[in-house]
Amino acid sequence: MAIFPPPQRVWWRERVEKTEVLWVTLALTWALVMFFMMPYWHFAGDQNLSNEAYRVNPEAYAAKAEAFAAEHKVREDATSGMPVVHPPAGSDVYMIARLWEWWPILELEKGQTYRLHLSSMDWQHGFSLLPENINIQVHPNYDMVVTVTPTYAGEFSIVCNEFCGIGHHTMVGKIFVK
Amino acid sequence: MAINRQFRTCPDTGFKIHLPADKLIKWNAVTAVVFLLIGGIFGLAVALTRWPEVHLLDADLFYLALTAHGLDVLLVWIIFFEVAILYFASSVLLQCRLATPWLGWVAYILMLVGALITNVAVLRGDSSVMFTSYVPMKAAPDFYLGIILFAVGALLACFIFLGTLVIAKNEKTYEGSIPLVTFGALTAAIIAIFTIAAGAIILIPTLLWSVGYVGSIDTVMYKVVWWAMGHSSQQINVAAHISVWYALAAILFGAKPLSEKVSRTAFLLYILFLQIASAHHLLVEPGLSSEYKIFNTSYALYLAVLGSMIHGLTVPGAVEHAQRKKGLNKGMFEWLRKAPWGNPAFSGFALSVVMFGFLGGISGVMMGAEQLNIIIHNTLYVPGHFHGTVVVGTTLAFMALAYWLVPVLWQRELFLPGLAKWQPYLFGIGMGLASLFMMGAGTLGVPRRHWDISFADATLSHEFPAAAYLMMGMNGVAALIGGIGGAIFVLNMVGTLLLGKKKQPAPAKAEEETVAQGPIAVSGSAGAVSVPGTFTLALIFLVTFILYYFVNWNYLAGVWGLS
Repeated sequence: MAIFPPPQRVWWRERVEKTEVLWVTLALTWALVMFFMMPYWHFAGDQNLSNEAYRVNPEAYAAKAEAFAAEHKVREDATSGMPVVHPPAGSDVYMIARLWEWWPILELEKGQTYRLHLSSMDWQHGFSLLPENINIQVHPNYDMVVTVTPTYAGEFSIVCNEFCGIGHHTMVGKIFVK
Repeated sequence: MAINRQFRTCPDTGFKIHLPADKLIKWNAVTAVVFLLIGGIFGLAVALTRWPEVHLLDADLFYLALTAHGLDVLLVWIIFFEVAILYFASSVLLQCRLATPWLGWVAYILMLVGALITNVAVLRGDSSVMFTSYVPMKAAPDFYLGIILFAVGALLACFIFLGTLVIAKNEKTYEGSIPLVTFGALTAAIIAIFTIAAGAIILIPTLLWSVGYVGSIDTVMYKVVWWAMGHSSQQINVAAHISVWYALAAILFGAKPLSEKVSRTAFLLYILFLQIASAHHLLVEPGLSSEYKIFNTSYALYLAVLGSMIHGLTVPGAVEHAQRKKGLNKGMFEWLRKAPWGNPAFSGFALSVVMFGFLGGISGVMMGAEQLNIIIHNTLYVPGHFHGTVVVGTTLAFMALAYWLVPVLWQRELFLPGLAKWQPYLFGIGMGLASLFMMGAGTLGVPRRHWDISFADATLSHEFPAAAYLMMGMNGVAALIGGIGGAIFVLNMVGTLLLGKKKQPAPAKAEEETVAQGPIAVSGSAGAVSVPGTFTLALIFLVTFILYYFVNWNYLAGVWGLS
């Protein structure tokens, strides 16, 4: 019994019976398959984070994002008064996460690829692109670059999913894809 | 200091119990249950707030309750109970005096005072930073101080456990190797020491930062080290509750492990292939390479996962083997059908094994794959997963053990035996469903730690599908059912202590046990063992696991391209 010392003193010499050997073999094989799925997806899959990131000072990042928004602003959003920015395909796109907004609103084109920069001005935030359900952690002092290719047209929301204080549940942004 | 060598003989088990150990086990277990009650009430308040039609608490109280819930159940309830298990698995099972009982009381007081300090900090309202306290969000210094004191107490308890093993060896209170259950507890203690070291490395600087002595803490580095504590601490729970599974299989069925070698190796895999793993929680963070993420989460082989899959076979396998020896040999599942489903120690144990594997286990491994985490991170799927591990896995296993341990230690009858029969089903199925509904809502993108998914007072808004609202409502109902189950447990335990009838000595029971021990202990070596029922269940588990894993890759393949 498991609550008493093993009855056979030399328990490590006991032969392991077949069921257990078979199960360990199956489980180990499955564990290896799961391991290889991760490197495999880097070659064969279309959803991999680049892990390209830079240390950045929040003020410098904000300045860059503001210049970017000023350059490519197409209109103002009626409900929030936030600038709607339409960057050229393939370009660097900057988004600011701060208490409690995602700034600015982006307008992207379906099938085009963008270098989306994400950084926080204050605490950590969670970039959750819905209804796609793509989730990326946003840190202050880190500029994370994600190369995104929208595959569907429509209105997408960015909901903050890292707790960031009392207004956390109001932190919603938008991306329009045409 | 004179050594207290007073023992009493347990009339139920025949074990010689060291009196100071007896007292420490009781106090740690009772304190654990009190914090389960407190943390459970906060948890229920959280679930009722996230039920859109009820929306119980205001935003500030909600985040406060969520912080307190995580702290009181995940940390305080579980670790107090684990300390009781460590003392039980060393002093009681080895029939040995506990090392330095006075230090055990120092540990107990440190843990209690630490837990109270942090609770006060949270209840004051200025430290609603969630259990994870990610920088640069700052809590009051006493929030961190309390956790550090608690951890120091837990560390002392680990050393007392190790000291007791040394005493038992020196005083030759047992022959050969330590029992498997003690070996599992040793695994938990070793991982706990690593874990607490990681906790000290991150929480002490964070305390100093909160006071103002340290300028800033890197946000990514904080998480790398914090999760070296947070992730391996969950492996402490797994090692502890699997030890409890083996203990219950032995106590209830006289079950012998199928193979000591395999089961012990599986525990060893936890120690060798999990330490300093933390990247499971950092898979979508900036500043870390994919190579690091993949290696740190899997150690290239997923051998810790292999360990759990082995226990998943050997624990029910041991039960099947013991039941078949008793003649329950008909067909594939007579051994399982005729198990004591009305005994809460068994039903809690059985539900814990099944739900830990199917709910907590499969989901955890799936979302720990580097790319799959993109569609999971910080959604409600994550709490769904860990309610499948620490609630219906660990907590339910501990409850099952308590149904046996509390009447034995206190020598009292259960207070409400009729309700106790239903309790594991209410709690297990209620919380199991809550876990499922949270996972379901998470796949629809519902965020965790979020007060209002209708965004009523936000400028911009997002409309979740009706199914998400339905799941959040169902989650509330399920949590309510689980909460009733939890309340019955606490009531039963407290009632047994205060009002339970004194047990009549039952010598017949002890005799029966020696009889049961004889044939099972000597037979059942290699070759004679056949566990077709368990193997079939294990195959069903594996097929479910494989299908679910690839369903999620398929789901991932449908989202926007990321590179």
